[in-house]
Amino acid sequence: MSKKPEKKEVETTGHSWDGIEEFNNPLPRWWLWTFYACIFWGVLYTIAYPAWPLLSGATPGVLGFSTRQNVAAEIAAVEEANASINEQLASADLTQISANPELQSYASNAGAAVFRTWCAQCHGSGASGAKGYPNLLDDDWLWGGSIEDIHTTITHGIRNETDADARFSQMPAFGTDELLEKEQIRQVVNYVMSLSGEPNDPALVEEGSVVFADNCATCHGETGTGDRTQGAPNLTDAIWLYGGDYDTLITTVTKARYGVMPNWNARLSDAEIAAVATYVHGLGGGE
Amino acid sequence: MSTADHQPEQLYAAREPIFPRRVSGKFRNLKWVIMAITLGIYYITPWLRWDRGPNLPDQAVLVDLANRRFFFFFIEIWPHEFYFIAGLLIMAGLGLFLFTSALGRVWCGYTCPQTVWTDLFILVERWVEGDRNARLRLHRQKKLDMHKARLRITKWVLWFLIGLATGGAWVFYFTDAPTLLNDLVHFRAHPVAYVTMGILTMTTFVFGGFMREQICIYACPWPRIQAAMMDEDTITVAYRDWRGEPRGKLRKTEDEAPAGDCIDCMACVNVCPMGIDIRNGQQMECITCALCIDACDDMMAKIGKPRGLIDYIALSDETLERAGNQPRPIMKHVFRPRVILYTTLWSLVGVGLIVALLTRQAIDMTVAPVRNPTFVVLSDGSIRNTYDVRLRNKHGEDRGFVVTVAPSDVFEVKLEGYDGNVTDVPSDSTKLQRVYVIAAPGTDAAEAERTDLYITVEDPKAAEQVTKETVFNGKEN
Repeated sequence: MSKKPEKKEVETTGHSWDGIEEFNNPLPRWWLWTFYACIFWGVLYTIAYPAWPLLSGATPGVLGFSTRQNVAAEIAAVEEANASINEQLASADLTQISANPELQSYASNAGAAVFRTWCAQCHGSGASGAKGYPNLLDDDWLWGGSIEDIHTTITHGIRNETDADARFSQMPAFGTDELLEKEQIRQVVNYVMSLSGEPNDPALVEEGSVVFADNCATCHGETGTGDRTQGAPNLTDAIWLYGGDYDTLITTVTKARYGVMPNWNARLSDAEIAAVATYVHGLGGGE
Repeated sequence: MSTADHQPEQLYAAREPIFPRRVSGKFRNLKWVIMAITLGIYYITPWLRWDRGPNLPDQAVLVDLANRRFFFFFIEIWPHEFYFIAGLLIMAGLGLFLFTSALGRVWCGYTCPQTVWTDLFILVERWVEGDRNARLRLHRQKKLDMHKARLRITKWVLWFLIGLATGGAWVFYFTDAPTLLNDLVHFRAHPVAYVTMGILTMTTFVFGGFMREQICIYACPWPRIQAAMMDEDTITVAYRDWRGEPRGKLRKTEDEAPAGDCIDCMACVNVCPMGIDIRNGQQMECITCALCIDACDDMMAKIGKPRGLIDYIALSDETLERAGNQPRPIMKHVFRPRVILYTTLWSLVGVGLIVALLTRQAIDMTVAPVRNPTFVVLSDGSIRNTYDVRLRNKHGEDRGFVVTVAPSDVFEVKLEGYDGNVTDVPSDSTKLQRVYVIAAPGTDAAEAERTDLYITVEDPKAAEQVTKETVFNGKEN
């Protein structure tokens, strides 16, 4: 039969709704072959890549593809790529980091990552601190705000037992240890509040200044401006680590405070410490 | 509702090969011109140069994905200005609505890449294997002899070269064209360039050479969408059946039975690249390429009948013409409320884009207040807020931006890393600058929960400035 048959009317499915009928055209054959090709591809894919779930894990696939391994390889590659700049950072003169834009940029970004991992738990993700945990954004520093001071604090920590070089000081518990009478504590608290212009009882301030000079000035200074070599806070400014209201100050003087920070040289590399010091120094309060 | 009493004979249908015959006429000529223009634009554009100064690329049209820039002659678009692209896409969409409701599927018939490349491929096919009858003979010849093999291979090689040129032209839009060409021929270009070229070469080869009308019928959503945008006033290709029917062989004498103008010569069917018979009425497959009009006009001229048995017609004219009346003028069909509405919308978007383009500045800024924490108390009791300010310098040279805040009697401004209030922004880049704003202790701004704050950056050299409003958070949060 050489001649093509007459083209027939288009098939319909026979479904008719209000006179509207549905065509029943055959699909193109190439579409069918595309469909088979996709199935074939799918089978190959499940052989080549991890696919079928088993009791523990899944079939590994003959190509040995693993996202976990890829991530490990990527991390290794990044670490290798950063090796030289980390070395440079670890041996850099801290005060000169800011003079090198590339190093500064790397240090503050790497430092931010270190900070979010290790420091944010106490100091907050925004570094604004909390009661008892210093705010690192302001311009008040207990142990000094130069990048070197910050670096020392991070390296050795504060009042921890594990590092002999940790910054160490201790405020006496004037009430608990019965060093001062309750009345004397009330007097000295009123005096301290007068230093920063907070509401106080002027009748007690005079006596309090005597108590302060006898008991507190050794560390906090005769004028109450503190002493960074001992981590003694400045009592004349607007910043209070534990709170500057009357009741909190009574508690502070009665029981003393003992804030602790770990020595990070046990956990972080030299480069990481230099990086996080750069980051903290650059938060807006660095000196 | 009735049910089917039999199944279709076949669930799957093989493609019926189509061998469009050569045709000449005014629409064919128009299509040649449009093909030359569209292919010319596509192949030549990446090679046009445009001087933008030493720091910027000199390619007139460049989609620089790596550096996130789009260059179009004097226009440079950054990612934050993507609304220009969105606007152009909206215009393209509205333009398609406009043309479809006025003139039917002119996009499909004349300018769609699938049509243009298929036309080019058919041209090559005809050039190598001959016109319709020769190609049909070749197709029906079962034996693969030297003659057939030679023609087939020549055709495929030419198709492949066109495909390669198509894929090749595409990649030049994304990087400096002369450099890339040099790298490509020396086999040191990025693998992505070769892979992209390979994919586009194969799609061009397959779609233009073998799939052709299958793409329009099965793969493309447009034929189905466009049908919804056409109405009885749309100008489209149709057969004047009241004039043509009953069709039959040309009458030799006046005595024979009266017949219509259609002499059933099959010219319209033989030239159709979609393989349909326009005399069956409007069909989804018809891309309104108008080649059947040319073919029929040619035949009508030969038998001494007026042209236009197959013609661009609005369906609403059909009843008029059937009753022997004059059709309404084409302009009456084209200028109707729907078309005017589309034109208005299209123009509004266009005008909006032009205004946006002409009024935009070469510097820009976004301000994001740092909210963790919202404010910091400094040791003297003053309140400090921090803002992440992104400064954009679209000039081809480094600029110093002056940052000021208002009201200036309330706030003091400091820039991280600078002593003064001038920050350096490198050429053609965005810089993240931390800006500290400080309110003295006891002031209203320091005590209030929120105070309005205006940050202004000025580029003194270009005398351009941008001001953004933000808020200052005081102690009473």
